[in-house]
Amino acid sequence: MVSGAKYSPASFLSRLMKPFITAHKRYGTEWWILIAGALIILFMIYMALFPSTLAPYDPSDQAAGPQLGEPSRAYPMGTDNLSRDVLSRVIHGSRTILGVAFAAAILSSLIGIPLGLLSGFIGGIPDRILSLVMDSVYSFPGLILAIAFAAMLGPGVVNITLAVAVIYIPTYFRLVRGQTLSIKEELYVEAAQAIGARRWTILLKYIFPNVIATVVVVFSLNIADAIMTEAALSYIGLGLPAGIPDWGRDLSMGKKFLPSGVWWMITYPGLMIVILALGFTMLGEGLSEILNPRLLER
Amino acid sequence: MKNLLKYAVTRVFLTIPMLFILLSLVFVILRVMPGDPVAAMLGGHAPPEVIAAKREELGLNKPMIVQYGEYLAQLARFDLGDSMIFDQKVGTPIAEKLPATLELTITGMAFTLLIGVPLGAYAASRRRTGRDFGIRLYGNVAYCIPVYWMGLMLQLVFGVWLGWLPIAGRTSPRVFASLFEKTGFYVIDTLLAGNFAALGDVLLHLFLPSLTLGIVLSGIFVRLTRANMLDVLKSDYVLAARARGIPENKVVYRHALKNAFIPILTMMGLQFAILLAGAILTESTFSWPGMGRLLLERIRLRDYPTIQGVIVVFALFVSLVSLLVDLIYALIDPRVKY
Amino acid sequence: MSEHVLEIKNLTIDYPISIGTVRAVEDVSISLRRGEVLGLVGESGCGKSTLGLSILKLVRPPGRISGGQILYHGRDVAAMPDKEILKLRGQNIAMVFQNPLTSLNPLFRLDRQFLETIRQHDPGVKKEDAISRAEKVLESLGIEKKRLFEYPHQLSGGMRQRIMIGLGLIMDPDVVIADEPTTSLDVIVEAGFIDLLNRLRDQFSLSIILITHNLGLVAEIADRVAVMYAGRIVEVGKADRIYHHPLHPYTQGLIGCVPNIKLDQEELVTMGGNPPDLVNPPHGCRFHPRCPRAMDICRRQAPPLKTHAGGQRAACWLYENKEASA
Repeated sequence: MVSGAKYSPASFLSRLMKPFITAHKRYGTEWWILIAGALIILFMIYMALFPSTLAPYDPSDQAAGPQLGEPSRAYPMGTDNLSRDVLSRVIHGSRTILGVAFAAAILSSLIGIPLGLLSGFIGGIPDRILSLVMDSVYSFPGLILAIAFAAMLGPGVVNITLAVAVIYIPTYFRLVRGQTLSIKEELYVEAAQAIGARRWTILLKYIFPNVIATVVVVFSLNIADAIMTEAALSYIGLGLPAGIPDWGRDLSMGKKFLPSGVWWMITYPGLMIVILALGFTMLGEGLSEILNPRLLER
Repeated sequence: MKNLLKYAVTRVFLTIPMLFILLSLVFVILRVMPGDPVAAMLGGHAPPEVIAAKREELGLNKPMIVQYGEYLAQLARFDLGDSMIFDQKVGTPIAEKLPATLELTITGMAFTLLIGVPLGAYAASRRRTGRDFGIRLYGNVAYCIPVYWMGLMLQLVFGVWLGWLPIAGRTSPRVFASLFEKTGFYVIDTLLAGNFAALGDVLLHLFLPSLTLGIVLSGIFVRLTRANMLDVLKSDYVLAARARGIPENKVVYRHALKNAFIPILTMMGLQFAILLAGAILTESTFSWPGMGRLLLERIRLRDYPTIQGVIVVFALFVSLVSLLVDLIYALIDPRVKY
Repeated sequence: MSEHVLEIKNLTIDYPISIGTVRAVEDVSISLRRGEVLGLVGESGCGKSTLGLSILKLVRPPGRISGGQILYHGRDVAAMPDKEILKLRGQNIAMVFQNPLTSLNPLFRLDRQFLETIRQHDPGVKKEDAISRAEKVLESLGIEKKRLFEYPHQLSGGMRQRIMIGLGLIMDPDVVIADEPTTSLDVIVEAGFIDLLNRLRDQFSLSIILITHNLGLVAEIADRVAVMYAGRIVEVGKADRIYHHPLHPYTQGLIGCVPNIKLDQEELVTMGGNPPDLVNPPHGCRFHPRCPRAMDICRRQAPPLKTHAGGQRAACWLYENKEASA
């Protein structure tokens, strides 16, 4: 082969695209949904980590522009009642919502997954009691519980994260417990012959890896849900203290000016919530289809 | 019929443990959480003796077990306690506002089904076409839309820009609720009073908030209906019906849908909980005087007994609806023995 | 010519799927005479069910008829518009399926299912007339009238199967296609079913296509038998000819496989090999990988269906030089 040809931009591009094309052939539309979701998420994460690189103004700057200014070239998303640039607030707001949602999901899973594993594995009365409790919580509207928790705990990032985290623990618990139970049925005979210590290894080596695939999907969908919950809590005023840019609270602020026709304060923050939640949903759905394909279903 | 009653009673007994756990959970949340409600209530600067006296008065110094026992005993008497802020029983504002929330919730569920089920059935019958894909996209996106944002957008378009529909309250200020209020369900009340002008006004006010709820929740039903329908459309009896010359649309909407509906019914029961949560947010957006707004208002005022009362009522309703769904399921499916 | 109720000519049915195209039925030509019972036999996946479904254009998409004609009294079903097909289904040609529990809508009472069918083909009919027609049919099938007002799950398997036949016969069709009708029934019910089919054939000159893998069933009631393998017909002829003088090696294998209590067999005879891959079928004669008498030509060319002694037709190179006139 001529050495020069290896480094041409065309061949580089085609080599880069190859794994994508192969995946597309294998998984079809789902693959692109997953990619779209991943791109959205990556973009939002970047926005959350480095907002200043994107935002034209300081989000708390109360003299950034006119008061309640309509969207224009200088202020693409307009300005709010305190003369702050909405675009900058929207960009900075991504940090709060993403941070809380991620942290809550991680916390829920860290508690729910081991509990589910243990409960399913050990079985018996403790399992039944725990399942009953988890089922009851699960059947209750999550938001209402979160509201109750947030109300009692008071404002603050940590409190909000806790409030959101608590309501998703049953999700992970039920998922992992169910899988543990079905796998336990299969291995039980072997386990009976093994020594006690080896049963732990069975738990870790066999059950856990099978569970991981489903957990990853649920995790992504969970974050989408947590995003919605956090935004809802902020909207009704139970969220973070004033001053931190937050999509939910900006929505509730903008609500007051809606009757006078000020549409930009509510449209953009809300749109961001939709896009971010969609991103995680698409990632989760795409992953789900790829990891557990439903043959000929569609 | 007698059998159905027996079946109902059995189901009630099964629901009780769950309800019990929920009520206990509510208790735990509201008592065992950090933060002193009494201090907050008295303004945070009150001297410790005053705080202590107030605590004694409210019975908050008794051991937790005793408080728990009193709580359960009270509930058993259907007494939700007394408000900490206002001079009223907790039950009073709840009874006032409950019909408003129910009216909103039920209409919302109706919209959800009206939008979600036909769309899902249509998507299943046009599988793999562009329309199917579009409907599925709608189903996925709808779930990601915050219900309050949807409400605000609808208000913007239909209330502010077009001016067609009202965006706040259950009635216009000119229409006095006291004129016709009997059950608290304004749609029923205005009909009973024969006051059609007021009925029109009430319906106009009811439309946007329940449509908001309906649209946001319809996504789930679109997907569920579609999935169920696809399954059912593959089944043997559908093939046999086609073989007898039954035209495709009758096959889809009569044979298949009825069978696919059963899981949808169960889902309705599950979704009711989400509907209630959505109702709280919608009430806040549309200034709808229901339990949701009551909850938020009392949270702000730190009226813990009322907060507790509202949540207890919510828990009761969720259990009730799930029970109802079980019963309807038994009625629809002739295979269920009772 | 008009003796043939159904004539299938060079029918080909394809299923385009992601990994290739499955040719479920290839170049099949067969006809059904008035008042005759045609048995269509073959192992699972040979295309017999697909063939049966195609007669009423019930093949599920993406499957489609890609060639040939299905002539019912001279009219081509394959080319008919949907509205015409709906008239045909259940009225002129009826189809009865394998599992009567899952083939009846569990949520609808039986009278409703009958009413619906009757009203579909005879819109102006009065409810009482329709119900009495249904009752008459049930009576002739040996089911009490009151059963009409029950739900499918309340009946026994045999009764359900008869209800299915009732639904098929209610509009007096002249062709009935029965797809594995007794597979989910026990032998006693099966015997009753055989009597029933005989009665129908004698009383109403019904033409019946019996699709099954159960050779014993076919032996009892079929007038003619067609054997299918991998989407093609490999042998056709009068039932007793096929049984006593099977020509095609596959047919011979099939008949040899049926256990016979009277014979002193120590082992069950089986046929080796696996069913063929229909996406990439074997070259030439599709049976050659499993044929105990395969020759060189079998690998290269597919044998045509040729008529032999006694009106029997077989597609096999073994008989290429031994043709006799029909």
